[in-house]
Amino acid sequence: MPLFDYAPAPESRSIVSLAPSYGLFIDGEFTEAKGTFKTINPADEEVLAEVALAAPEDVDRAVAAARRAFESWSALPGSERAKYLFRIARILQERAREFAVLESLDNGKPIKESRDVDLPLVAAHFFYYAGWADKLKYAGLGPDPRPLGVAGQVIPWNFPLLMLAWKIAPALATGNTVVLKPAETTPLSALFFADVCRQADLPPGVVNIVTGAGDTGRYLVEHPDVNKVAFTGSTEVGRQIARSVAGTGKKLTLELGGKAANIVFDDAPIDQAVEGIVNGIFFNQGHVCCAGSRLLVQESIASPLLEALKRRMSTLRVGDPLDKNTDIGAINSKAQLDRITELAGVGSDEGAERWSPPCELPDRGFWFAPTIFTGVTQAHRIAREEIFGPVLSVLTFRTPAEAVEKANNTPYGLSAGIWSDKGSRILAVADQLRAGVVWANTFNKFDPTSPFGGYKESGYGREGGRHGLEAYLA
Amino acid sequence: MTATATSRLSHLADSPADLRTFLHGLPGVDKVGIEARAAALGTRSVKTTSKAQAIDLAIRMVDLTTLEGADTPGKVRALSAKALRPDPADPTCPPVAAVCVYPAMVPTAAAVLAGSGVHLASVATAFPSGQAPLEVKLADTRDAVAGGADEIDMVISRGAFLAGDYAKVFDEIVAVKEAAGPAHLKVILETGELATYDNVRRASWLAMLAGADFIKTSTGKVGVNATPPVTLLMLEAVRDFRERYGRQVGVKPAGGIRTTKDAIKYLVMINETCGDDWLSPDWFRFGASSLLNDLLMQRTKLTTGHYAGPDYFTLD
Repeated sequence: MPLFDYAPAPESRSIVSLAPSYGLFIDGEFTEAKGTFKTINPADEEVLAEVALAAPEDVDRAVAAARRAFESWSALPGSERAKYLFRIARILQERAREFAVLESLDNGKPIKESRDVDLPLVAAHFFYYAGWADKLKYAGLGPDPRPLGVAGQVIPWNFPLLMLAWKIAPALATGNTVVLKPAETTPLSALFFADVCRQADLPPGVVNIVTGAGDTGRYLVEHPDVNKVAFTGSTEVGRQIARSVAGTGKKLTLELGGKAANIVFDDAPIDQAVEGIVNGIFFNQGHVCCAGSRLLVQESIASPLLEALKRRMSTLRVGDPLDKNTDIGAINSKAQLDRITELAGVGSDEGAERWSPPCELPDRGFWFAPTIFTGVTQAHRIAREEIFGPVLSVLTFRTPAEAVEKANNTPYGLSAGIWSDKGSRILAVADQLRAGVVWANTFNKFDPTSPFGGYKESGYGREGGRHGLEAYLA
Repeated sequence: MTATATSRLSHLADSPADLRTFLHGLPGVDKVGIEARAAALGTRSVKTTSKAQAIDLAIRMVDLTTLEGADTPGKVRALSAKALRPDPADPTCPPVAAVCVYPAMVPTAAAVLAGSGVHLASVATAFPSGQAPLEVKLADTRDAVAGGADEIDMVISRGAFLAGDYAKVFDEIVAVKEAAGPAHLKVILETGELATYDNVRRASWLAMLAGADFIKTSTGKVGVNATPPVTLLMLEAVRDFRERYGRQVGVKPAGGIRTTKDAIKYLVMINETCGDDWLSPDWFRFGASSLLNDLLMQRTKLTTGHYAGPDYFTLD
């Protein structure tokens, strides 16, 4: 029995009132659909609500509503559109606690992350793009950049509301209208966002939310009256979308998978590097496309660094996502848990050494203990494939050149991290890394002003910052 | 300490250049990172039974302090009495760890505390500036011990440290340690004057290498006193030092810790950095005066369910 244990400190879920079922948000109204599916709390497998399954005719209605709304929305002066976005941002701030609890319920992420990371970033994103709405002429995209029309947007389950913000905020600021499909396992925060749109008096049809599975998403991106497709998700689906959109004239941005290298040099600030490694791979249960899932550590400090990492991992608290002291929550779905379990099994079979701190996992729900594999080489599958879970592969290197070579030796290129006390080395190495985001002495830091996106199979186009406007303007 | 570790230590002390190389070879500290980590630990939610447990532990860790020019025997006697029975209304409330006073007040406090188990700490070595000849510092220390202090809170020469004369700082600590004899030696780094986290880490190791039983952040007499990131860094230092040399050293943040909420943040920091071994008054202290009353107020709130006004808690 430890001398000082933290008593349970659950955030109350009473702030969220869930309806038994939700329809599709089309043209400013919630409407029924023929089919439905259930969304569950991954921490205890309890059904949270029934959600409408959008059929092709529903998507047609949504796209038609967005098309109708486009005419007047795009004609509004930027300063008027900005008012709506500012209003949305403020409402999201006011309802932040409700949304944080909802997000943790539907996604499984710890409340401290939904409360301290997701929601503040969501509001910041709307505030940021609200500021751009009347300054598009000065964005460096020509004297009079025009919106594209209807944007079909498909988002993943790892940051449901944040990915919605990344998609919707720039689209609306630039005068486009939106049909958004949230992920099948995490539809609720998008449906609550629909309510925010009504609260903000956003004109009907500017934002439409269609819930469903892969088929709904496919129908949406292939819809002939969609002018712009934005997708965040797996590289496999991204490839299909690129294929279906090719030759149609639709503008496309893809933000796909990653297998980021987190490079620790021997002169790194060790304690902070350990923190950064933990944050890099265990943040959001490792369900992060830019997660630092490959640790490249200089061989001369590998053993003390790993000792320190293991010691730190032993203090991670896995469990109830709504407990304010939880560091690692639930895996989002059974399917994802199976994939993580399978790939971790492959790691062991291929001879890497597996370690997890002792931790008790709840009986119900989907859980995976934080895990590291040491003795991993470039030839191991766990060094090449995206696991999208709390599993870290540790590799070593001898020289900066070898570090760069190994870091770049992946089909992905979304992010990377460098840990060193030497500024010149950080700049030199960052210059050679083929990754869209390179963090120095930090990891997984996001800001609406900073463009985000990948190289190679991690996708194309940028979201966030001034660059994020480009995807929605012609 | 093992024989080899000891010989390595004395070897470092023999050569100022080796000492410097060693201290400058310690891993750097990233300012943004350590501040973020300390802030993150500050968001732990400690409620109900854990809070009650934490409050009692924090009370037992308090070095109840008065270090004013205006201190009188009467004031020190009152403070010492409070140290023994912080909450006269509740006999289950534990005593604090120690009383901390100037050397001149040591005999007065000793008369009250004798045989109680509450330690008596005295600042010494020309506290708070440390700007006095070594002989004066040593005499100061000997006087305090002779008067009955069993803990000595010394200050390092920040001037010498910032000038890069680590050997001088080292030698002074060794000399004070010797003068303190059986008394526990707490070495005050005055981190607010060291300015950078790299310096704090070096000064921590320097003090530990020279024989400190405790490393303490501050005198409480400068603009910046104990902060969570500095204390976190010092906790990492004592943890790493024990791993390397096998000797455990305590940590004492001092100055500016006034609320139960703050105190609990420090306990969380110990818990998740060093673990159980440091969660004891033998290895962690709060140098504070007003903190105690807030702890008592929160303690009463937990037991009775309502807040009592400040007049229900004793002054001093």
